[in-house]
Amino acid sequence: MGDTQTPLLEVAALEKQFPGVRALHDVDLTLNRGEVLAVVGENGAGKSTLMKILAGVHTPNEGTVRIDGAEVRVQSVRDAQAHGIALIHQELNLAANLDIAANVFLGIEPHTAGFIDSGQIHAKAASHLKRVGLDFPTDTLVEELTIGHQQLVEIAKALSVDARIIIMDEPTSSLSQTESERLFKVVHDLRSQGISIIYISHRLGEVMELADRVTILRDGENAGELAGEQISHNAMVKLMVGRDLSQFYQRNTTEPGSMVLETENLRTPAHPRSGLSFSVHEGEIVGIAGLVGAGRTELLETLFGVTPAVGGTLKIAGKVIHPKTPLEAIQSGIVLAPEDRKQHGLILEMSVRENASLPRLRMDQKVGAIDFGAEIVVSTEMVKKMDIKTPGLEQVVQYLSGGNQQKIVLGKWLAMKPRLLLLDEPTRGIDVGSKQEIYRLMEELAAGGVAILFVSSEMEEVLGMADRALVMHEGVITGELARDQLNEEAVMQLATGNKAAA
Amino acid sequence: MNKNILGILGLFIFIFGFTALSNENFLSAYNLQNLVKWSSLYAIMGIGVAFVIITGGIDLSIGSVIGLVASLMALMVRSEWDPAVAVLVLIALSLGIGLIHGLLVTKMKLQPFVVTLCGLLFYRGISRWATDNQSMGYGDTETLNSLFSGKLAIGSFVLPAPFFFLVVVAVLAAIFLNRTIWGRYLLALGNNEDGARYSGIETGRLKITAYVICSFLAGLSGLLFAYELDSVQPAQTGEFYELYAIAAAVLGGCSLRGGQGTILGVIIAAAVIRLLRNSINLLGISTHLEYAIIGMVILCGVSTDEIIKRIMAKRRAAK
Repeated sequence: MGDTQTPLLEVAALEKQFPGVRALHDVDLTLNRGEVLAVVGENGAGKSTLMKILAGVHTPNEGTVRIDGAEVRVQSVRDAQAHGIALIHQELNLAANLDIAANVFLGIEPHTAGFIDSGQIHAKAASHLKRVGLDFPTDTLVEELTIGHQQLVEIAKALSVDARIIIMDEPTSSLSQTESERLFKVVHDLRSQGISIIYISHRLGEVMELADRVTILRDGENAGELAGEQISHNAMVKLMVGRDLSQFYQRNTTEPGSMVLETENLRTPAHPRSGLSFSVHEGEIVGIAGLVGAGRTELLETLFGVTPAVGGTLKIAGKVIHPKTPLEAIQSGIVLAPEDRKQHGLILEMSVRENASLPRLRMDQKVGAIDFGAEIVVSTEMVKKMDIKTPGLEQVVQYLSGGNQQKIVLGKWLAMKPRLLLLDEPTRGIDVGSKQEIYRLMEELAAGGVAILFVSSEMEEVLGMADRALVMHEGVITGELARDQLNEEAVMQLATGNKAAA
Repeated sequence: MNKNILGILGLFIFIFGFTALSNENFLSAYNLQNLVKWSSLYAIMGIGVAFVIITGGIDLSIGSVIGLVASLMALMVRSEWDPAVAVLVLIALSLGIGLIHGLLVTKMKLQPFVVTLCGLLFYRGISRWATDNQSMGYGDTETLNSLFSGKLAIGSFVLPAPFFFLVVVAVLAAIFLNRTIWGRYLLALGNNEDGARYSGIETGRLKITAYVICSFLAGLSGLLFAYELDSVQPAQTGEFYELYAIAAAVLGGCSLRGGQGTILGVIIAAAVIRLLRNSINLLGISTHLEYAIIGMVILCGVSTDEIIKRIMAKRRAAK
């Protein structure tokens, strides 16, 4: 094991197929001892699939995984743990009702005839907590901890199974600036203790700060590798996108028309103390940037009547409205393509036809009877116009790819001829091809006079598509940037609550 | 016609054929009339609860609503109410019960299981208290006869009144579920309530409607049971019927997860359950085994259904 020439982890020619989608093709990856390897790529590039394979959640169709030079088969999460691999998911997997020690040893409790050895658990948990710099009594309930602290508990949990490889999937996506910085320190400490870390992030700034080496994935394949001095923002973006950015995002800004949406001191239930004032015009694409938890999704949900406003005014085309349900918002011409497509955007077990017509049924009805003829016309047109790849109208949507699902969500709304289109993370989890089609569609709609307000955590998307960007931080709009002021630095400053920089 | 209905129809035909060959009395007009009558009553209840199950909910109070309606009917008849008025009042009461269930589930956000379990206890208690727990008959009531005794004779075989009620209920229910926007909304919200709400569907109102339909059909079958039985035992009439109704709905293809169900499937499944009881009697199997057999048949039915689904999913994945 002491051989320092052999990489700790070596993945070769990995293939993974999901029904209808090739997630990974001929992917290689190496990880050395005591190294921080960043894996970057756009949404849908295959990062998560690759990590889930390493952690035993998925099994690959082909390819080899070697640890210390010996080929291993990782068929389950337990296998992965036995090989010293631990994955820290983007969404934390802790039992909030149990204390820290119970969580750290969940599933691997030392016991005598079924009775948990409490003393040992607490003593050992305390030593793991120390390694991650978490200064709480081990009998603190996890639900009393902040997200940042909970994440450290997850890392302590990985240490409790003697993990040699810790995979962190978007660890900072819901952390504040100070929490992120503390996490970086923990990452550095772990590296100096000889633990290897695979770090997945969209935030290229973090990657530059932390990574010894970067592997870039694109469309499920290796797109390149950067080490040490080569790691730069531009180099990474070039490899991630694989083409000239200006070509990828084609935004022909036009003169915005009349006001479509105007809010004044609009207050959402999530952040009832901060009033939000902004506007969106006909033909304008406005982006909302910010960190996870900044209140962006909550703002869109308030505009769409999911969580009605608790104060302030909301005007559509000059008329004050108070949408208290999505139906009322839709009737005012507001539609939302939600962040969680599967939970909120679609009825997964229904067909393409039924999903496409769902909001329109009410309009096409005859005394409550479904107009089946109109339904087929509407859904056929949608499939054609949106170029949805489906075996037929009766296909159940859960078996379609993310990109096609998103096109159905958009398609069902476009059939309603909206005035204001709200998009929450419109390209999350979809392939590059569909992504480009969605950008083109946004462009087309804006040209047709639709006002578009979109939330995105992808910097490139905001920079590329927005005519104007609102940046939010902890429920407050910390700044507004016109297209010529838009750059990553300015957005990040505002997103982390640094108003002065704008 | 989907595979589920074909499967349950096959099961029906198999038991029917087997019993007919084993016992000649099975095909007698009297026996078949009874079978049709009781199957119809079960099916009406089953259709009601199917609507609630499609929304992902449950209604455990059906049997007690039947008991309550039958008990109050007896009291009203004794107090010499106009039977037509009594029927209208009891139908209104059933609708009101459904409305309260629906409001408690959607506005108070209580779990359907809990709401209707309390209903089960409450309505049964009220029935016993109001009647002083005394068995009562309905006497000779001409108006009731004219409402519920319609029969159609085909040779020696007489189609009983509940059958005609079932036909009307089933046709209306099937049209509602499959042909109207509200039926589509119910299926959508049963699959994914948030998704339906985000598509502009008023999910609360529709769920309330489902509970109202369920209690209404429970009340209607209460009146029919009362008429058929011609007496009511406040402590027993309708007891456990919710479980037969739920069994019929589940065996008929409704998923307790919501979003799935067909009216035809529920009707055939209700008939299978009644047929099983009839066959157990005629085949000389100990009637003590009745529940055990019905339980096993339902378990086998839903297991087979699940296995078929998995095989289909695997095939799809392999493509």
